[in-house]
Amino acid sequence: MRRSIPLLTALGFSLFSALAFAGPPVEGAMEKQATNWHAIVMFCLFVLMTMGITYWASSRTKSASDFYTAGGGITGFQNGMAIAGDYMSAATLLGLTAMVYGQGFDGYLYMLSFFAGWPIILFLMAERLRNLGRFTFSDITAFRLDQGKVRTMAAISSLVVVCFYLIAQMVGAGQLIKLLFGLDYTIAIFGVGILMMVYVTFGGMAATTWVQIIKAGMLLTGGTLTMLLAFSQFGFSFHELMERATSVHKLGFKLMTPGGLLADPVNAISLGLGLMFGTAGLPHILMRFFTVNNAKEARKSVLYASGIVAYFFNVILLMGLCAILIVGQSPEFFEGGTIGGKIVGGGNMVAMHLAKAVGGNMLLGFMAAVAFATILAVVSGLALAGASAISHDLYARVIKKGKASDSSEIRVSKIATIALGFVAIFLGILFEKQNVAFMVGLAFGVAAAANFPVLILSMYWKGLTTRGALFAGYGGLLSAVTFVVLSKAVWVDVFAFKAAIFPYSQPALFAMPIAFLLAFIFSKSDSSARAKSEIEAFEDQYVRSQTGFGSSAASSH
Amino acid sequence: MSSQMYERMRANPQFQALVTKRGRYAWTLSLVVLALFYGFVLMVAFNPGTLGRPIGEGSMLTVGVVAELFLFILFWVLSALYVRRANTEFDALTEEIIKQASKETK
Repeated sequence: MRRSIPLLTALGFSLFSALAFAGPPVEGAMEKQATNWHAIVMFCLFVLMTMGITYWASSRTKSASDFYTAGGGITGFQNGMAIAGDYMSAATLLGLTAMVYGQGFDGYLYMLSFFAGWPIILFLMAERLRNLGRFTFSDITAFRLDQGKVRTMAAISSLVVVCFYLIAQMVGAGQLIKLLFGLDYTIAIFGVGILMMVYVTFGGMAATTWVQIIKAGMLLTGGTLTMLLAFSQFGFSFHELMERATSVHKLGFKLMTPGGLLADPVNAISLGLGLMFGTAGLPHILMRFFTVNNAKEARKSVLYASGIVAYFFNVILLMGLCAILIVGQSPEFFEGGTIGGKIVGGGNMVAMHLAKAVGGNMLLGFMAAVAFATILAVVSGLALAGASAISHDLYARVIKKGKASDSSEIRVSKIATIALGFVAIFLGILFEKQNVAFMVGLAFGVAAAANFPVLILSMYWKGLTTRGALFAGYGGLLSAVTFVVLSKAVWVDVFAFKAAIFPYSQPALFAMPIAFLLAFIFSKSDSSARAKSEIEAFEDQYVRSQTGFGSSAASSH
Repeated sequence: MSSQMYERMRANPQFQALVTKRGRYAWTLSLVVLALFYGFVLMVAFNPGTLGRPIGEGSMLTVGVVAELFLFILFWVLSALYVRRANTEFDALTEEIIKQASKETK
């Protein structure tokens, strides 16, 4: 959700403009935030609790299966919470509330686009993912293809997705923590990076999952409470809320009419495709399908996750609409006290101001702690996915050709986690002053154009060969990156050229067909003996994907 | 050994029945979701006015908001329907197929 160019651009702009104009008023605002002891105490409680869980998890994390998938012993409901947690980042809470506050209907539309991918993942992918995969999604793409080449390709695109995503999260985290807690940017970045390394290296997937579950519970509680307190001011009447909101909002009755967000149909479809199939290609989300016991639990996870996401998006809609009156009409939340001027701390602070207005410092503190916890949990999931690509795909399968021992594989993944943690800290500091909005678009674009086509074809199309998969993967990666570089977010906003060469914000509509076409052409024209045996091997894979027979279950260790 | 198992399962007519039934159900539901979602996106692009109209005289609800809430609920209900059928009917059939194939081994 964090992941789209317009939203993040808006988010980024509000953040950066707040910092760019950092004269005395903003400094004053930040100092005010520094005394936010409620937030700091509550966040410390969260860290203590999750450290306890990490300690518990570390005593149970012995085999590689424990490390990557928590031994497969997560239930459908727990996994559903964790997936929902992975999917609802701080930018979801802050950015989408701000979007509804500013643009009404368009914010709601955005949320529907983020949600619509889940049923498709459930119907077409969840079961086969669980039945074929073990630790990473490359287990599936490399199932009957050349292990070395296909895994290298999948690991590269996974790492690209993870790195761009991490940069966006880290920079966002630093800015947010600076605003909410009054901590120094560098300290905030180091704090996030180090806590993440501790969770992942000691507790593996079990700790990462539980951190995510706790955070999802906190997010749901805090959001629901804020919404209820705010909505009660309007007697829980949507009619009254809308009547008053439309009377003060600059859009008037147009508040609940589609605005400019998806006015261009090509951009609209491309964005929809990117969000939908990007989700289905994100390594840290895909990895969660391997933490449950069987296809039954995998299906339940998606059902719970999508239910939670749908519920929370509707809570955010109400929060945003209530904020139009509660925040938008109170001088205390505007710089200099002028209603309609700049919001204190930037546009994405609307949700925080709302919490303060309806629940005082206590609720504000809780919501700030939730935001910090959210970043930490999402970053941990990403780091684990990246580390698995390095240790399981590159080290154990490509370099050691499947002959690595469990303990050496775990050791490599721990080293990889620490390395990724430092890379994240380094990049977070390096990109502090940059507009990183495009990174998220890039992550989604690469996931949709490089990971998703190869993954879905390997599960559904008998004719896919190693050669086809490689061309599709690398071709999708290259075209997604190229389109994003030529789009407005990089070409104009970063390189300062006058006009964008690629006129749309999401590359999916163009990069995805390129990947599929390459897969088709280079598989069909592949007449090698190896291709023939790969096509024959599809039959067994097909039966396994349908029945789950032979898939790795939790009981296997 | 497991390749023989796969061979036997594939030969079982019940396997073909399972695959056809579940596949048809999953694809039908997917097409419903895709058609409604992209239909809605195109509606937003081409006919935003209709979506901005109130649903009734003096109502503060617009057609677009009601439609979106409906889609949220419908997509989730379709998911629930799929999970219910897959976790009972289809999984029972799958177990049966695996059991039959294992029996033949002995």
